[in-house]
Amino acid sequence: MSTLWKTTVVETKLFLREPKTVLLGMLLPTAILLLLGAIPILREPSAEYGGARFVDFWAPTALVMALGMLGLQHIPAAVAAYRENGVLRRMSTTPVHPATVLVAQLIVALAAAVAAAAVLILTAWLVLDVPLPRHPLGFVAAFVAGFGALLAIGMLIAAVTPNARMANGVSILVFMLVMFAGGVYLPRFLMPEALVRMGDYAPPGVQALLETWSGDTATAAMGGAQAAGHLQPLQLGIMVLITVGAGWAAAKLFRWE
Amino acid sequence: MAIIEVTNLHKRYGGTVAVDDVSFAVEPGEIFGILGPNGAGKTTTVECVSGLRAPDRGSITVLGFDPRRDRDELRQRVGVQLQESRLPDKLRLWEALDLYSSYYRRPADWNRLLESLGLADKRNTPYHKLSGGQKQRLSIALALVGSPTIAVLDELTTGLDPQARRDTWDLIEQVRDSGVTIVLVTHFMDEAERLCDRLALIDSGRIVALDTPRGLIAQVAAEQRVLFRPSARFDERLLLEVPEVTSVQQRGEQLVVTGTGNVLHAVTSVLARNHIIAQDLRVEQASLDDAFVSLTGRPLTLDA
Repeated sequence: MSTLWKTTVVETKLFLREPKTVLLGMLLPTAILLLLGAIPILREPSAEYGGARFVDFWAPTALVMALGMLGLQHIPAAVAAYRENGVLRRMSTTPVHPATVLVAQLIVALAAAVAAAAVLILTAWLVLDVPLPRHPLGFVAAFVAGFGALLAIGMLIAAVTPNARMANGVSILVFMLVMFAGGVYLPRFLMPEALVRMGDYAPPGVQALLETWSGDTATAAMGGAQAAGHLQPLQLGIMVLITVGAGWAAAKLFRWE
Repeated sequence: MAIIEVTNLHKRYGGTVAVDDVSFAVEPGEIFGILGPNGAGKTTTVECVSGLRAPDRGSITVLGFDPRRDRDELRQRVGVQLQESRLPDKLRLWEALDLYSSYYRRPADWNRLLESLGLADKRNTPYHKLSGGQKQRLSIALALVGSPTIAVLDELTTGLDPQARRDTWDLIEQVRDSGVTIVLVTHFMDEAERLCDRLALIDSGRIVALDTPRGLIAQVAAEQRVLFRPSARFDERLLLEVPEVTSVQQRGEQLVVTGTGNVLHAVTSVLARNHIIAQDLRVEQASLDDAFVSLTGRPLTLDA
């Protein structure tokens, strides 16, 4: 345990020494939300969102962006680089298994995601009056399951790609798909119904985050046939399934060198 | 009693045989060299010894343990420095040592290790700002941070400048003097000649010779050449009459005397008796390079 703890402390320092990751993963999504919030019309209640405002509606999308940066950009690149540079190989000559450093990286990524979410939620609340998550427990569940799914996919990409360059290429592609499904490029209310439903189940599950964050008002517009305002067990279940499936495959397929 | 025993080691990757049939024993306290061209199977051999790879055939015992079955035990006692193992760019030197020392039951005092490796003033330097020689010394430090009984060092000085290489060699001798048995993998003849107590010469997955560096050279080249410029002309036959001398050649002002045994002593005696002074006297002996060529039929330095 002390070995994992010490490794995690070192990985945390290394993470914080990468200004790019910290800025993109932890601060940029909040900055974009603030930027959008600076446009008056996006702060006005609108019938389109069932009386809610664009910023209420888009806040979970900003969170998806942060989670995607950390789980799908940072993790595959970091893990693939550790393998390519022989960090894992060197560790395998010590009494400590190289998986320790990978577990430490996942812990750091989770901590960074929690910090990014805290910054985003508090800033949105204080500056833009976006309410704090209305269903805190459901929100935490959606957050953990959703980010878990992204981390598992990120690890799977790192596991199967032969080098850091390939890992970056594949993870950018997956990242863009996740961002699209999460409504980063095109607000989800402008998407066709089929794509919106896809976004419900594409990790990290923007709909579940929206429902547990903004509650009934904002989701009414997106809810469709579903009962709005509650975490859907099916959405959560799919995230858990992806986490377990991709995580298992990553562990099975992982190449240590 | 041998500290490492390798018997009939065989390892293949797919269709290519990396190690065909290798046997050797390493004695406690020695610097044992494994020398050979790139692709000869040196690294695979030490990877099997370190327990990083499972041999296809043959047996390995290290400190009485099986490197695969008792890997946890051996990892505490065998420090390994592998080629092309980097560290995270932004990891500071002291952090690397502090972290790696926490992996061992009986870690060395890494502050003292830094002192003795001449890295004390680089404690706070991130890995990517270290020079090649400093990275290599850190690599050695990490191999030693668990207070190992055996250190395996693979291609220690590749890519270092001449000064850094010599410094590294001094360091290895210090480590040996502190009681650590060292297995040194190299494709540099001068390195092997300078450092190793005994050497296994590997080519195409087989050991072609195993001896001390001197012994290896003596095996292949009993002949020495004595070169000098005589202070006065004299009859070459005086030299040829000496049993140690096999031939005498005139090259401009220079005489080249080839012979066996203590030919130098024989030549200087003849010259002294005839009151001739040997100017620019030089003795050329066969090197490990010559030994390698004559044992394998090709030069070592062609790194292909």
